[in-house]
Amino acid sequence: MLGLFTGIFFGFLLQKGGATDYGVIEGQLLLTNFTVLKLMLSAVIVGMVLLQLLKHCGYANSHAAHGTLGSNVIGGLIFGAGFALLGYCPGTVAGAVGTGALDALIGGMLGMLIGAGLFADFYPALKTRILTSGPFPAVTVPEFLNLNTWVVILVLEAGMIGFLLLLEYAGL
Amino acid sequence: MFGFLTDASWSPYIAGAGIGVLSCLALVLADRPLGCSTAFVKARGLIGMLISADRTKKMEYYQEIVPQVDWAFMIIPGIIIGAFLSSFLSGTFHIVWVPALWASVFGGSVVLRIVVALAGGILLGFGARWAGGCTSGHGISGSIQLSLASMITAACFFAGGIAVAMLLYRVIGVL
Repeated sequence: MLGLFTGIFFGFLLQKGGATDYGVIEGQLLLTNFTVLKLMLSAVIVGMVLLQLLKHCGYANSHAAHGTLGSNVIGGLIFGAGFALLGYCPGTVAGAVGTGALDALIGGMLGMLIGAGLFADFYPALKTRILTSGPFPAVTVPEFLNLNTWVVILVLEAGMIGFLLLLEYAGL
Repeated sequence: MFGFLTDASWSPYIAGAGIGVLSCLALVLADRPLGCSTAFVKARGLIGMLISADRTKKMEYYQEIVPQVDWAFMIIPGIIIGAFLSSFLSGTFHIVWVPALWASVFGGSVVLRIVVALAGGILLGFGARWAGGCTSGHGISGSIQLSLASMITAACFFAGGIAVAMLLYRVIGVL
């Protein structure tokens, strides 16, 4: 039930934020509409500080995992191609269905089920070769840079807020 | 007092901040990242169980991501309900087969749009599982945990997405 309620709040916020609209998402990928980036960066700006405080107080565990070139970069680029063709991502495709978009239901959600099934078929072969090749040197950015976590957060927050201000200044 | 619930849209900064808080709550209350692509593996596994339970149970991937109706699965029905409530309250809910931007460049053919959306959905589902997460799991939940892999993955989502969107609308679309 908690998952369902989390989803309901998530879907509500995605729709109100404009991210369940094909034109908004495709506009972001065409660099003509920056709503998706504004939404995501706001989430990260708020979440990054809040989560660190929660972790500091012992309320949250880290789930950050070790990544690889073979998994994250190749998978990310395949995802990106699908993202542009479909015009929705795995969360917003469900949100778009909720707003009445049938291309998101018949094309998007059905396609994702097929894609996830194909991956399960290929998984044993991919796992031993591509998915584990080219491991990244560290799990988190502070470990990678060998810097204090709060210093990294401060720099990233300043960078993200600066970028959003720049977007507003440029009228995008 | 609750007029904001019927507004057609909110500032992306406000909605985004809410998603940031929600992502933290998921990590605290459910002890897992707020991701959406795992649900599709579970749903596909459940369909597989209906067709052939033996074959599905033997598959390594479904041993790691067990096909069952749980927290990660319920996110998707939740999102559909949440987005429906939001669009219904603001009067923007409407049935659409072909999005306006698509129609303005590629025409109103439902078949063409569904074929391309299906191809996109397959790549999206395949790529999300290959990369181990999606725009929310890596892009937001991973980034707020300062995960190096998640930030690199999110950059690749957009790099691949921008390249293919430009190809689609700026090259193929103007032919």
